[in-house]
Amino acid sequence: MTIKEMQEVLDARFLYGEELADLDAQYVFSADMMSDVLAFCGKCSVLITGLCNPQVVRTAEMLDICCIIFVRGKLPDENMLALARGKSIAVLATSHYMFTTCGILYENGLRGGA
Amino acid sequence: MGEPLIYTYDIDGEDFTRAGEASSSVKNRLKMLGVDSAAIRKTAIAMYEGEINMVIHADGGTITVIISDDAITMVLADRGPGIPDIEKAMQEGYSTARPEVRSLGFGAGMGLPNMKRFTDEMKIDTVIGQGTTITMKVYLHSDGL
Repeated sequence: MTIKEMQEVLDARFLYGEELADLDAQYVFSADMMSDVLAFCGKCSVLITGLCNPQVVRTAEMLDICCIIFVRGKLPDENMLALARGKSIAVLATSHYMFTTCGILYENGLRGGA
Repeated sequence: MGEPLIYTYDIDGEDFTRAGEASSSVKNRLKMLGVDSAAIRKTAIAMYEGEINMVIHADGGTITVIISDDAITMVLADRGPGIPDIEKAMQEGYSTARPEVRSLGFGAGMGLPNMKRFTDEMKIDTVIGQGTTITMKVYLHSDGL
């Protein structure tokens, strides 16, 4: 599933990275604890989170994640978006809750992959 | 590669938003050196957890990274309070972090276990009231550089 397709099914907004929209992902991880993401993200290349601080982007960077999806209407500030731009990490924001976000992506064929 | 490359970073204990800059810099350097991507990932995760720990628990410190032909060695030295019970601190889920640290996405008792999980060697030297030095090593295959 491409980032563009994820954006569409989640009614999400691109906050950064429309030029990365064609990147393809198969595995997704979701958590608000970044230590859990670091421990268990495995081969996932998309991160779903409701946490909103610069360490989310740093964590994604360490794991070579290509897209962060912020749920529950959380909006990263300009500092976070600048960090994401610098690392070419796409950023989406959806108003869906985390459970719903995960469910929609699962229905569309994405899986968790440790 | 010959002589080991040595990089030193001062970690600011005051600013949580900047935590991770040193790990990011090391990750970039390793990429430029053409180090094997699995070793880069292990190093980045372990060092990042260590860097976050230094900010959360120890008011900063110094990280020295030594890149040689056979390993990446990270030495994280702080002047924090020390670790009273290392065995407990190594248990997943055990944490002494303040509640506000948890609201930032850390302090769930995964830091030290993650550092061990993603490195090939880890040694903790700690003195109560004086500080902690953690030495971690990630092995490189002979064709890693």
